[in-house]
Amino acid sequence: MKRATWVRGLVVIGFILLLEALCRWGVIGRMTMIPPSEMAVQLWKLLQSGRYNADILQTLGNVLAAFVAAVVGGFLIGSILHALPRVRRAIDPFLATYYAIPFFAFYPLMVVIFGLNAAPIILIGFLFGVVAMIINTMNGLDRIPRVLVKTARVNGLGPLRTAWLIKLPSAAPQLFTGVKLAIAYCFIGVIAAEFIMSTSGLGYSIAYAFNNFDNRSMYALMLFIITLVTIINAFFHVWERRIMARRGM
Amino acid sequence: MGGSVIDMTTGQHGRGLAREAGPGAGMGEVHAELRQVKRIYPGTNGGGVHALGPVDLDLARGEFYSVVGPSGCGKSTLLDVLAGLSAPTEGSILFEGREVAGKVPPGIGVVFQEDAAFPWLTVEDNIAFGLRRAGTDAAEVERRVSYAIGFMGLKDFSRAYPAQLSGGMRQRVCIARTLVMQPRLILLDEPFGALDAQTRLLMGDELLKLWRETGATVMLITHALDEAAMLSDRIGVMSARPGRLIADIRTHWPRERDSRIAAEESFGAITSRLWGLLRDESVKATGMSERAR
Repeated sequence: MKRATWVRGLVVIGFILLLEALCRWGVIGRMTMIPPSEMAVQLWKLLQSGRYNADILQTLGNVLAAFVAAVVGGFLIGSILHALPRVRRAIDPFLATYYAIPFFAFYPLMVVIFGLNAAPIILIGFLFGVVAMIINTMNGLDRIPRVLVKTARVNGLGPLRTAWLIKLPSAAPQLFTGVKLAIAYCFIGVIAAEFIMSTSGLGYSIAYAFNNFDNRSMYALMLFIITLVTIINAFFHVWERRIMARRGM
Repeated sequence: MGGSVIDMTTGQHGRGLAREAGPGAGMGEVHAELRQVKRIYPGTNGGGVHALGPVDLDLARGEFYSVVGPSGCGKSTLLDVLAGLSAPTEGSILFEGREVAGKVPPGIGVVFQEDAAFPWLTVEDNIAFGLRRAGTDAAEVERRVSYAIGFMGLKDFSRAYPAQLSGGMRQRVCIARTLVMQPRLILLDEPFGALDAQTRLLMGDELLKLWRETGATVMLITHALDEAAMLSDRIGVMSARPGRLIADIRTHWPRERDSRIAAEESFGAITSRLWGLLRDESVKATGMSERAR
């Protein structure tokens, strides 16, 4: 393993130990935070009891739905905009300022339109993820070297086979960045939406525990989310490294 | 210009990737011809950019023909229209007697200046790309690819990715990828433009070897006069834009030759002749003032 990896690992472990010590010594009060070791134990108990299984599944289902819609939709919209440069020029400023919009402000409106169910939550997750995918799709398609497309023509490839065999793999690194961002944004969107206005799901459960001074459950669930997102990110990170290593990046 | 019968030594056809010699191979039979070819690119405000022509050119089967010209004179445009990568605005192009119209006909292979190796494929898969797309059977793909890998000196790198190779080696991968398709006409668009001087010389030798081995007709676009003088049977000199062929020079080199031919007395004469023809055109192309002349 690289030295930087070791140092990074030590910093994280050191921080957790410090937190543990501060909580145990009473520097941080129990009403503020419980020691990390207790969070882990509590999480283990919660998972064993199965109390939150339905919420976990629901949140994961919402994230998955938002993620798939964002990736597929973002890829399609990005490809279409790339093919229509005029439309793209018109829309570009909106895409550039998109993430400045506070979507959550519109959440009540979405509830009015779709009702208090999973739809507005998935929609918020989707809205968060889709533009990252659109931008990265266009970026990837922009960067396809013209000479590769020419090579496809020399080999007698039609537009469909060129798209599949040349353009898609050529744009893969940028598409991958889009996918990675989309999953992160979908998690943020879905959990935050559940937090604000929902009657179930992980975000709701954390908010519920918070409102009821149930610190142990609240921190355990937070730990669960952090661990889950870290694992998913690590998976994508390793995959991306493999793709990039081949290309000498 | 063009249409003249080329005086060449008899084509030699080696093993491996060599095709059957056609009945007229090496006899000066016309392989590709351009008649009054013009290319005008549509401009932004109505007026077009006249990039090329009119050009008349006959390529004899099996000859090594080079085109030199000042930068931006339409050399690459000439290659594009001959390859069928873009359609001429006017005129006609025949390859083996059939019209080339905006579609690359089978039998033509193109090597570009830019790095055209697919970064997501290994050397082996890059070279096999065209054959697999054409539905060639696996045993034949294997045979041709391993021959090309050996021929281009890529044996130790067959499973490497392009990013792990030097620029010269990546260009060899592209040449090998063209070679395995057994093209009868190979078009090269400044293939060694991005390489250092020594690598260029060696790649030139390999190109000559490949040309002899395959018996293919070669058209090389280059801005390097020494490269053209060293490699070619015949050199076309292009004017500043719109590119027209203003001279046709024969080198009379033997078919068996390599970069050492640069030591020949006539090599210097050919290069200075080329420069004599090109100097004014280059001045025009770069927009330098008369005083520079």
